[in-house]
Amino acid sequence: MSLIHEIDYGTPVSKSEKLVSVVIDGMTIKVPEGTSIMRAAMEAGNQIPKLCATDMLEAFGSCRLCLVEIEGRAGTPASCTTPVMDGMVVKTQTERLKQIRKGVMELYISDHPLDCLTCSANGDCELQDMAGVVGLREVRYGYEGENHIKMGKDESNPYFTYEKSKCIVCNRCVRACEEVQGTFALTISGRGFGSRVSPGMDESFLSSECVSCGACVQACPTATLNEKAMFDIGTPEHSLVTTCAYCGVGCTFKAEMRGDELVRMVPYKDGKANRGHSCVKGRFAYGYATHKDRILKPMIRASIHEPWKEVSYEEAITYAASEFKRIQATYGRRSVGGITSSRCTNEETYLVQKLIRGAFGNNNVDTCARVCHSPTGYGLSQTYGTSAGTQDFDSVEDSDVILVIGANPTDGHPVFGSRMKKRLREGAKLIVVDPRKIDLVRTPHVAADYHLPLRPGTNVAIVTALAHVIVTEGLVNEQFVRERCDWAEFQDWAAFVSDARHSPEAVQKYTGVDPALVRGAARLYATGGNGAIYYGLGVTEHSQGSTTVMAIANLAMATGNVGRRGVGVNPLRGQNNVQGSCDMGSFPHELPGYRHISDAATRASFEALWGVTLDDEPGLRIPNMFDAAVDGTFKGMYVQGEDILQSDPDTKHVSAGLGALECLVVQDLFLNETANYAHVFLPGCSFLEKDGTFTNAERRIQRVRKVMAPKNGYADWEVTMMLAEALGYKMDYAHPSEIMDEIARLTPTFTGVSYTKLDEMGSVQWPCNEKAPEGTPIMHIGGFVRGKGKFILTEYVPTDERTGPRFPLLLTTGRILSQYNVGAQTRRTANVAWHAEDVLEIHPHDAENRGIRDGDFVRLESRAGSTSLRAVISERVSPGVVYTTFHHPVTQANVVTTEFSDWATNCPEYKVTAVQVAPSNGPSAWQEEYEKLSRESRRIAEAAE
Amino acid sequence: MSHSTTDRLVYMANQIATFFASQPHAAAIAGTREHIEKFWDPRMRTKIAEHIAAGGEGLSPIAREALEGLAPVKAA
Ligand code: SF4
Ligand code: SF4
Ligand code: SF4
Ligand code: FES
Repeated sequence: MSLIHEIDYGTPVSKSEKLVSVVIDGMTIKVPEGTSIMRAAMEAGNQIPKLCATDMLEAFGSCRLCLVEIEGRAGTPASCTTPVMDGMVVKTQTERLKQIRKGVMELYISDHPLDCLTCSANGDCELQDMAGVVGLREVRYGYEGENHIKMGKDESNPYFTYEKSKCIVCNRCVRACEEVQGTFALTISGRGFGSRVSPGMDESFLSSECVSCGACVQACPTATLNEKAMFDIGTPEHSLVTTCAYCGVGCTFKAEMRGDELVRMVPYKDGKANRGHSCVKGRFAYGYATHKDRILKPMIRASIHEPWKEVSYEEAITYAASEFKRIQATYGRRSVGGITSSRCTNEETYLVQKLIRGAFGNNNVDTCARVCHSPTGYGLSQTYGTSAGTQDFDSVEDSDVILVIGANPTDGHPVFGSRMKKRLREGAKLIVVDPRKIDLVRTPHVAADYHLPLRPGTNVAIVTALAHVIVTEGLVNEQFVRERCDWAEFQDWAAFVSDARHSPEAVQKYTGVDPALVRGAARLYATGGNGAIYYGLGVTEHSQGSTTVMAIANLAMATGNVGRRGVGVNPLRGQNNVQGSCDMGSFPHELPGYRHISDAATRASFEALWGVTLDDEPGLRIPNMFDAAVDGTFKGMYVQGEDILQSDPDTKHVSAGLGALECLVVQDLFLNETANYAHVFLPGCSFLEKDGTFTNAERRIQRVRKVMAPKNGYADWEVTMMLAEALGYKMDYAHPSEIMDEIARLTPTFTGVSYTKLDEMGSVQWPCNEKAPEGTPIMHIGGFVRGKGKFILTEYVPTDERTGPRFPLLLTTGRILSQYNVGAQTRRTANVAWHAEDVLEIHPHDAENRGIRDGDFVRLESRAGSTSLRAVISERVSPGVVYTTFHHPVTQANVVTTEFSDWATNCPEYKVTAVQVAPSNGPSAWQEEYEKLSRESRRIAEAAE
Repeated sequence: MSHSTTDRLVYMANQIATFFASQPHAAAIAGTREHIEKFWDPRMRTKIAEHIAAGGEGLSPIAREALEGLAPVKAA
C-alpha cells in the first residue's frame, strides 16, 4: 500500500462541451473550451510549476511561477489564468522561463525559514517541491534583511496551527474559505511586504468566524496551515479511501496512515458527494476511536444494580443467547426484538435484521430512522413510489430556486451546505421556511429572498398555503401534471387547496407568517426556473411529519419540479447510514428493498435463501417496544450502535421501558446511556476498523475501508454472526462483500451492486440493476416509480401539544455543527472547544419577562419532565419560541420532549413541546437521580486474578 | 394523554383516522383500516380489538368504523 496522490490540475475543470485543440511543447491535445493552459498541459501529463493555483479553486495569478510563452504573443502570461484558444501553440519550458522562475523562487525562499528538515510538512510541501522543480540551488539574498522568520504561531484551533513565518501569501487559504467553504473567515491584512493572512479582524482562529472545515489547511501549499497531527505523528506513508461516519452527506476521505496510526483524514477530490470538501467532524473529529472510554472487552451482569464483569466473547454471547431463548420460551416468540444502527454499515444492519427475523423468528426490528426520517419513507413512497430523495447532490448546481424547509444545512449537513451556498452566490434564489433565523438566512454573500418564520408545528398549513397560491394564481405546470400524474386526483387536490381556508391570509392565525411573504415565496418557487426542495427533521419530527412530506411532494409535482437535474425533493438525512439502514429492511413491516412483510412472494425468496419460515405479521416499532415493555409483554432487546435512552423522546418513559427488560444487550463503542440498563455489553468497533458500505442521503452506496484492526477484536458484523450462531441460526460470511452479494440477490434495486463495482466506480446510487447498471443519480425521469404521481390531500391538524398558562413557550430542538447527534463521539474529541454544553436560546423579550440574563442557569420544564441548562439570549428565535440541542447527556433535553408522534410512523414530535422557562440554581431532581444511577451503573468490577 | 398503552393506541388510531378524514367516507375507512393492518403489530391490534369489544371509548367515528372491520388477528 502506498500514499494515494491525487493529481492537481491547477484549475477547475471547464464545463464547456465544445472542444478546442492546442499544441503544448509540441504535443497536440483537445480540451473543453475555457480550460486553462495549466490544466490542458497537466491533462497531457506536463506539470507547469505553480504555487498559487490548485484545482479546487479558481485561478488567481499571483505567484508568477507558472509563466509560459505563446507563439505570436508578447510576454510571458500566467498559464493558470490564460484559457487555451483553438490552434494555440504554447511552450512551457524555455531558457527565459527557467530564469524567471528561478528568480521568483529565490525571492520566496529568501523570506522563508529554512528548517525543512524539522518542518512538519517536510516531504509534503509544494514550496519545497517547486524549489526542486525550477532547479533552485542557491539563494543570493542573505537572511539579514527584513523578514518574517521570527513571527509566532497561532495554535488556538485544536486541530491545526498557523505559523505565519512560513506564509508565502499565495491567497489559497483565503480563496478556499470563500469559494469552497463559503465562510469568508480569512483576509489578507497589511500591504505589500507586511501582508499576512488573518482570521477575521486579527483574531485567533478559534475566536474568529472559522468553522474549522480544514479547506484552508488542505489548500495551503506550505506548512503555514498544518494539521497538529503532522507535528505529533509525522507524515503519513500509506492511505485508503473511505467514507465519513458522521452525517448523511457521506463525504469521501483518504485515511492517511503511518503504520496503524491514523495521521489525518484528507477529503478526496473524487468523492462524488463532497467533491474534495469536508467539515470539522469528518476532517478532524475521529479521536473518539482511540479514546480511553472505549470498552474493548465484553461484559455481563445479572442485574443493572450490579457492577459489570468482564468476560470472554464466548461467555457473553452464550449468556445473551441463553437469556433470549429463556425469555422466548417463557413469554413467547414475539417477546424479544432489536434495533439496528444507522451508524453501522449496510452489511451490519442487514445482519441484525436477519438475526431478528431469522433467529428470533419475529419482525420486532426497528432503527433510529424511526425517530428522524421515517415520515420521508412513508410520504415519498405514497406519492412517488420510492422511499428516498430524488436527486444527487451535484443537482444543486443547476437549481435556480432553492426552498429549504426545516433543515439547517450549514450546521447539520455542512459540506452540502457549502455546495448550496456556492450555488446561491452564483445567483440562485433562496426561500427558507424555519422558525429560527438559521445561518443560511443571512451569511456572507448569501441572503434569503424569503424567510418564512413560522410557528413550530404549522408546516402543513404553510406548505398547503403555498400550494393554494400556486393553484389559485394559475401557476400549475399543467402539461407536467397531465403527463406524469393522476389527473383526477390532481383535480381533487387542486379543489382542496383552493379552498379559502388554506389561503396564506386564513392560515396566518396558526403560522404567524405574513401572507405577503407566503404569496411571494410561492410565486418565486413556481416561476423562478428549476425549483429544488431540501428538507430535514424540522419537517419530519412532528405529529404531521408524514403529511408535510406529502404536501412537499405535491408542491413539486404541481410545478413540474421532478425528474431532471436542478429540481426535486431532497430529504437531508441525519446520520451517515440512515438511508442504508432503511433500505436494508430495518423497519418492522418490511423486508430489504421496502417490501411489505405480508407479501408472500417476497417472503418466499428470503425464506428460500435464509432457510427459515418468516413471521408474516409486522413487528413493533421503537416506541411500541417501550409500551410493550412497560406492559410486560416485551422482555429482551439487542441494540446495536444506538443510544435510545438519550436520543428518544420522553426519557422517563424510555427508561421505564428499558428498566422493565429482563435482557438488554448493547453493542457500542462506549458505555452509553442505554447501557445503564443493559445486562450484556458487546464492544463495538469504529468505522476505521471494518469493511462495509454506507448509503448517503443521495442513495449513494460508498465503501468503508478497514484501515486498522478492530481494537475490540471483532468487527460488528462478526459479533452479530456469533450471536446468531449461539441462537442456533448459522450465518457464514468470510467478508462483508459476501453479505452485499446476498443483499444484491434478494433486493431488486440492488442487483447490480457488488464490491467489485464499487471499487471500479468509486460509488453507485441505487437503483442499480439491469435497467440501470451504472446506478440512478436522478429518479423519476420520464415517469414516477409508482406509475402516475399521486396527489394526496393534506389537511392541517394542529398538534395537541399546545401552549397554555402553565407552559406558554414552544421548545424546538436541533443540532449544531461541531457536535453530532447524542454526542457520544464528538464529545470525546477536541470539538468540545466549540460546544461544551447544550444551551437554551431564548428571545430577549421572553428572557426579560422572566428575569433571565444571558448565561444564567434556567429550568426548562414541560409536562413530561424538567432539566436545567444555561440560557443564551438570542434573536435567532422568535418571541414565544425557545431552542436547544441534545448533544449532552447531562442536559438530556429529551426529558422534556413528549410522547406525541407522527400519525403514520410514530416518528416523535421533537420539534414542538410546550414548556416554561424559569431561573434556576441547579440540576433538576431527574438530573440528580439519573446522575446517581449512571455512576452506579457504569461500575466495572476489578477482574479477579 | 396518559401513558396507558390502550389510551395511546386510541390516540394513534384517532390520529390516523383524522388524516384520512379529508378523503371520501369509504376511502377514509379503508385507508385507516389498511394503515393499521400494515403497521401495527398483532398485540397492538389485539388490544385495540379488545377495546372495541369493550365499547371503544374515545375512538372517533371513522376510527371506530375502520376498526370494527379489522381482520381478526391470527394466533402467533
Ligand atoms: S478552516 Fe475552513 S472556515 Fe476556517 S478559515 Fe479555514 S477554510 Fe475558513
Ligand atoms: S497560509 Fe498558506 S495558503 Fe494561506 S496565503 Fe499563506 S501560504 Fe498561502
Ligand atoms: S459533512 Fe457530514 S459526511 Fe461530510 S465530513 Fe462533515 S460530518 Fe462527515
Ligand atoms: S500558479 Fe499561476 S500565477 Fe501562481
